[in-house]
Amino acid sequence: MIKLSLSLLGTLALVLGGASTDAVAQTPKRGGILKFAVSAEPPNYDCHAATSFAFIHPVRPHYNTLLKFDEPNYPKVKGDLAQSWTMSPDGLTYTFKLKPNIKFHDGTPMTSADVKASYERIVNPTGGAVSIRKAAYSDIASIETPDAQTVVFKLKARNASMLTNFASPWDCIYSAAKIKADPKFPEKNVLGTGPFKFVEHVAGSHWVGERFADYFEKGRPYLDGFRAIFITNTAARVNALQAGEVLSEFRGHSPADRDRLKAALGDKIVVHESPWICSLVVTFNTEKKPFDDARVRRALSLAIDRWKGAEALSKIALVRNVGGVLRPGYEMAAKEAELVKYPGYGKDINKARAEAKKLLEQAGVKDLKIKFLNRNIPMPYTPVGIFLIDQWRQIGVTVEHDQPETRAYITGLRGGNYEAGLDFNCDAVDDPNLQLAKFISADKSPINYGRYTDRKLDDLYNKQKGELDNKKRYALIREFEQHALNEAYSIPIIWWHRIIINWKQIKGWYMSPSHYLNQDLQDVWLDS
Amino acid sequence: MSIITATPEITYKVPRRRHPAMQFVATQPLGAASLVFIVMLFLAGVFADFVVPYDPLTLDYEAMLAAPSAEHWLGTDAFGRDVFSRIIFGARTALAVGLLSSFLGSTIGAAIGVASAHFGGRVDLAIQGFMDVLLSFPIIVLALAVVAMLGKRLVGGIDVNLILAIAIPMMPRVERVVRSSALAIREMAYIDAARAAGYGNMRIIFRHMAPNVVAPYLIMFTAFMAQAILLEASLSFLGLGVTEPTAAWGLMLSGTSQEFYSQAPWMIIFPGVAISLAVFSFNLFGDSLRDYLDPRLKV
Repeated sequence: MIKLSLSLLGTLALVLGGASTDAVAQTPKRGGILKFAVSAEPPNYDCHAATSFAFIHPVRPHYNTLLKFDEPNYPKVKGDLAQSWTMSPDGLTYTFKLKPNIKFHDGTPMTSADVKASYERIVNPTGGAVSIRKAAYSDIASIETPDAQTVVFKLKARNASMLTNFASPWDCIYSAAKIKADPKFPEKNVLGTGPFKFVEHVAGSHWVGERFADYFEKGRPYLDGFRAIFITNTAARVNALQAGEVLSEFRGHSPADRDRLKAALGDKIVVHESPWICSLVVTFNTEKKPFDDARVRRALSLAIDRWKGAEALSKIALVRNVGGVLRPGYEMAAKEAELVKYPGYGKDINKARAEAKKLLEQAGVKDLKIKFLNRNIPMPYTPVGIFLIDQWRQIGVTVEHDQPETRAYITGLRGGNYEAGLDFNCDAVDDPNLQLAKFISADKSPINYGRYTDRKLDDLYNKQKGELDNKKRYALIREFEQHALNEAYSIPIIWWHRIIINWKQIKGWYMSPSHYLNQDLQDVWLDS
Repeated sequence: MSIITATPEITYKVPRRRHPAMQFVATQPLGAASLVFIVMLFLAGVFADFVVPYDPLTLDYEAMLAAPSAEHWLGTDAFGRDVFSRIIFGARTALAVGLLSSFLGSTIGAAIGVASAHFGGRVDLAIQGFMDVLLSFPIIVLALAVVAMLGKRLVGGIDVNLILAIAIPMMPRVERVVRSSALAIREMAYIDAARAAGYGNMRIIFRHMAPNVVAPYLIMFTAFMAQAILLEASLSFLGLGVTEPTAAWGLMLSGTSQEFYSQAPWMIIFPGVAISLAVFSFNLFGDSLRDYLDPRLKV
């Protein structure tokens, strides 16, 4: 058995600007309430069904996962509930030993049975429970619990991303007894083993957590509690941060807000910047005409000048890089020389638009009018939406822009009640299995809103997933990407760039390329 | 002896009747000035395509957040769109939504008001009860509820549901004013005569009563134009009205304007001025029209 203490992902070309290295040098202090802003509210309380930061930021401090990312050393993983773990030489068995004396917030002990029940809920949800990322866990054949402290996962096939999956911040461990009694229990209740106990959620106002005295990590958490304040208006949120009413907002700020706060607060704040594992993609509803025609979809992709758009939008919105299906800079992502060969990624936009018009003509589509569904969160959805509408106008396409609130937007996408939509593909970690899941057939992936079936993509996805040789995996991913972008069911537009502004007294929090990571607040403390 | 008495020559000075328009200008100079501005606004909106120096929707990456200059009189926004061009096109949006919604709200309100006054009794009581319910909601709250309930439905590029959302809160307010005028008219002899002649309700309402409530109707209509423009701007600002990239004044104050207002204040100042001037003009014109048409105020 090979003891794994490092992620299989290897080193990423990340720029984790301004990580809180000073925290290492200082002795953490106990006490204080961390107040931070959240720009949206969680639609429900279930980790396994959630996809939004609006969920992770207030909810994650109440839960633990089997593994988690080693905060200052992303993408390394370390144990959260697990004390140690091993992988069999054939890569088909993972064995986890749990830490002792772990309790749920109601005082009941947490055992391997709870881990098994939680993962079974993720792999095969029953009783109306929703598991949004089950595709990533489809290789799990069985889960065994030889004793209360040991969990054994047996896989059907090797999976290069399995260890990363076990560190996902969405894989909250629930009480087996509670979800047995009601599989939908976590939707409306918060009961975890995390560093903070749930106190209250006042809709439209705030969310409060208090220190869990029986937390299994001795001396943690440092904070007495936290208070997440829901502030949906961007200007109000920035004002709250400037006034010190909140000490942070962990999703991200625009370049304009960063400059304003830097000018106003100087060295009272710390600015962290990083590439972001988040992209905006346009998804076409292939069940609606004329988006069932690949020529139409490809034409709409060809009309977009991604390079010039990225350069301009990066000045006003929290987006920066042009990329394909994986984050630019990630070792498995396409290099620029490869990207420019894909439809819609060439640098001669006039040529691309001429081809786009020809494709529309061949498809017999004249005066195309699109109903474009977008999210009403201003940053970065509105600027990117405005950009896309402008780009499509230039090949004679008229766009009706619809920006409902988050719930209606998600419902529209999931229910297929749209023609084209600005969708997001955000993950906690750089991992082809996660990011590519957006593009595989709808019957294999609950986050495919394009409602199409493409077995070639499914086949390539499975091949790359089982390929442990990075070079071969890279080639398979390129093949996948080429096919996905030719078919243009979902077309990546631009990747995000994360800017976090914290008041200086926040210590022990580390920047990551994902707004889903490092949010359990276990090691965060306040320097008075 | 004859007595000859000289008949004194009596001369009457008949006052020269001025043209009503000239009289309005003479008696209501501020109202006239407002009217000129409103007409200019209408012309700018109607002929926006010929007036504007730039396409209001085209992005210009080279001119992002450009300050007012000879090239861009009122500067550009975060996408390099010309603020002046967007204000002119915004006038089209404001006036189209304002005109249609206040026409709809005022006309339906007036028709219900006259009918309510004419029928009286239980019909009047029921209608007034319903109007009381509508009146109990502040205008913006009722508009928000309607727009949230109906969603968005574009017909010819105009959101019909937005117009309804603005028209519905106005309807009971016009209805109440028009009804009070119609109640007085109902007691007039010519209405009794019409009834005695056996005319039907519709004929009495539309031929004999409605023409006599035109003055309050017009005053409410112009006053609500201002309200409608403000409401459209408010709803767009709140993200419930017109959506990007349509040029609309309220929308110009939201979105990236909130991010860049300190760096590029022209992004919010000029649309704000446009809203203020339009609302001020319609209010002033409405007040002047009321003063001009209401005989009691001429005493």
